[in-house]
Amino acid sequence: MSGEEEARNQQTPIAEVREAVKRFAATEGGVITALDGVSLKVQPREFVTLLGPSGCGKTTLLRVISGLEELDAGEVLIAGEPMTTVPPHRRPVNTVFQNYALFPHLSVGDNVGYGLDVAGVPRRQRNTRVGEVLERIGLGGFEPRRPDQLSGGQRQRVALARAIINRPSLLLLDEPLSALDRNLRQSMQLELKTLQHDLGISFLFVTHDQEEALTMSDRVAVLNKGRIEQVGTPEAHYHRPATRFVAEFIGDGALFSGRIEGPTEDPVLVTGDGLRLAVALGTTVNQVATLLLRPEHLEAAPEAPDAAFGVIEVRLKQSVFLGASRKFVCCLANGATVTAAPTGAGAQALSRVAPGELVRLAYRRDQPHLILGADDGT
Amino acid sequence: MARRGDRRRLALLLGPVTLFLGTCFIGPMAVMIVFSFLEPALYGGVEWSFYHLNYGRILGWADSEWESFDPVYAAIFLRSVRLALTNVVILLVICYPAALWVSGLSARWRTLLVFLTTLPFFVSLVVRLFIWVLILRPTGFLNSSLIGLGLISEPIDIIFTETAVLIGMAYVLLPFMFLPVYASVEKLDRSLIEASSDLGGSPLKTFFRVTLPLTLPGIAAGAVLVFIPSLGNFIVPDLLGGAKVLMIGNLIEQQFLSARNWPFGSALSVMIMVVMFVLIIFYLRQIGRQGANQ
Ligand SMILES: Nc1ncnc2c1ncn2[C@@H]1O[C@H](COP(=O)(O)OP(=O)(O)OP(=O)(O)O)[C@@H](O)[C@H]1O
Ligand SMILES: [Mg+2]
Repeated sequence: MSGEEEARNQQTPIAEVREAVKRFAATEGGVITALDGVSLKVQPREFVTLLGPSGCGKTTLLRVISGLEELDAGEVLIAGEPMTTVPPHRRPVNTVFQNYALFPHLSVGDNVGYGLDVAGVPRRQRNTRVGEVLERIGLGGFEPRRPDQLSGGQRQRVALARAIINRPSLLLLDEPLSALDRNLRQSMQLELKTLQHDLGISFLFVTHDQEEALTMSDRVAVLNKGRIEQVGTPEAHYHRPATRFVAEFIGDGALFSGRIEGPTEDPVLVTGDGLRLAVALGTTVNQVATLLLRPEHLEAAPEAPDAAFGVIEVRLKQSVFLGASRKFVCCLANGATVTAAPTGAGAQALSRVAPGELVRLAYRRDQPHLILGADDGT
Repeated sequence: MARRGDRRRLALLLGPVTLFLGTCFIGPMAVMIVFSFLEPALYGGVEWSFYHLNYGRILGWADSEWESFDPVYAAIFLRSVRLALTNVVILLVICYPAALWVSGLSARWRTLLVFLTTLPFFVSLVVRLFIWVLILRPTGFLNSSLIGLGLISEPIDIIFTETAVLIGMAYVLLPFMFLPVYASVEKLDRSLIEASSDLGGSPLKTFFRVTLPLTLPGIAAGAVLVFIPSLGNFIVPDLLGGAKVLMIGNLIEQQFLSARNWPFGSALSVMIMVVMFVLIIFYLRQIGRQGANQ
């Protein structure tokens, strides 16, 4: 943990969710557990991302924090204050909704000024602030427009402006970029980061796009089926995923589950179908584990690899041109697919291999991450 | 050219409705307008000579003498307008919260309840109103239960009063307010209400700034749909108002059926029509403006 991170953790969190449980009655009968004991802290000025597949409870968690949904168990604290009895309109958080939810009967100016209007801010002051915020997000002079006269990207900005005008201590953003095209999304990602920095407030950002989560966040919380799988920095998620689910969800790579066997000076992971993969020295033997082989770990095996390497024999299926580099999609003896994306000389060696040929790939045995414990079955 | 085919198709499509409205609606209306400017004949029918005093009588001058000013018809007209407006307000107060409530229920309950509001249409209006007579009369259900509960000792006079007429009209016209109001409340996007409270709007402010403006078209439609039949209604005041609460509808009925003054009856009808016409124009413009906003 870095010094800065430690200092942060000693402050009162802006928002804290403790053991949150939320269930819905399903229309088909039965109960859906949308949140199943979720705990999460958001520190001041922090950019936290909730990442997870569709239906895992991301929106529900935001709604629980903003007060639009009541908890069945657990509690929400904002700036240290329990929020259980505080209605949404008295909570110091604002939301950018998944569908924007702009008021269709109000102009852009009135939409953005809504928070100030209900707070009773005098007209002159309100107009100045609306002008400033619109200017800040690049929609200066758009006040008289109607929401239906805006493009998708402009609507998204208006929703953002409307949510930040009250200067909330925490801004909740529910997949604000998912409706935008790729280019616009990338430039908005940068803008959002800058905005968060300039405003000096915390963002809790929801996405199901792992790339977005990795590039934007200070910390990422991966949510699956209403539970948090892992909370940590993007690097930690990428290099040291805590569960098989996180490993599959974030980044590319092949996963092999099995038992660690062999002598302590050469431990190997043996999969159910007999594949043997060397793992880091010092790994405790006789336990179940999952090995994550990322493309960048793999390169063409040297003539006589030493004990620091693990070697696998594969058949090259396809060599894919990616612009600056190439990736090589290969097939293992048991039918599993691994992808190698070596750099420099390693790449050149592999480029000479024709599809369909057998080739030996190697990885430094201490590089791939090993997830210890039973396969969680996802 | 394709144009000619288009035109023929248009004629075929619009022919029946034009024929129907022309013979059954515009024709009689023209007759009515013409009659309203003619002299009444002694035993019904008209004398074919121009006569302006039908309208004079409505305003209060029954003959050419200016002294004989007696605005008895104008007073009836104003009372009708007052009762019709009161009815609109009563129904709005009843139906709006009910519509909000119903729209929050599950789909099954919603369909059932909306169907139930239309159920009274399956029974004859006169029968339904007569039941109200039985309920409201001095020895009726209402008074006997109130006396039975010991709340009153003497039966209260409610039948043949304005209150009875208002109860009856609200009862008869309730679906005309409920259905359009419900339609607009149902359409309302709940996430907008959530957005408002998220931005700091208390429930009251949210109601006046979001819910109400967005459901205004439904309210306007309901108000017009209730006001118009309230103003012209004559069955309800006839049965529940007795001779005491005369409304413009009763007056027109009398002119045609008992007084046999067709031109005066026509003039009264024309007047109601003008009022309603103005109202509908106003309503359509309001709707048009709302439409442009959304
Ligand atoms: N009001 C509700 N009634 C019943 N079930 C609900 C309700 N709201 C959410 N759910 C269920 O709770 C689960 C979590 O929903 P939620 O909207 O939080 O998912 P999400 O992670 O935001 O998904 P997405 O990425 O698709 O927006 C889903 O299974 C959903 O069907
Ligand atoms: Mg969602």
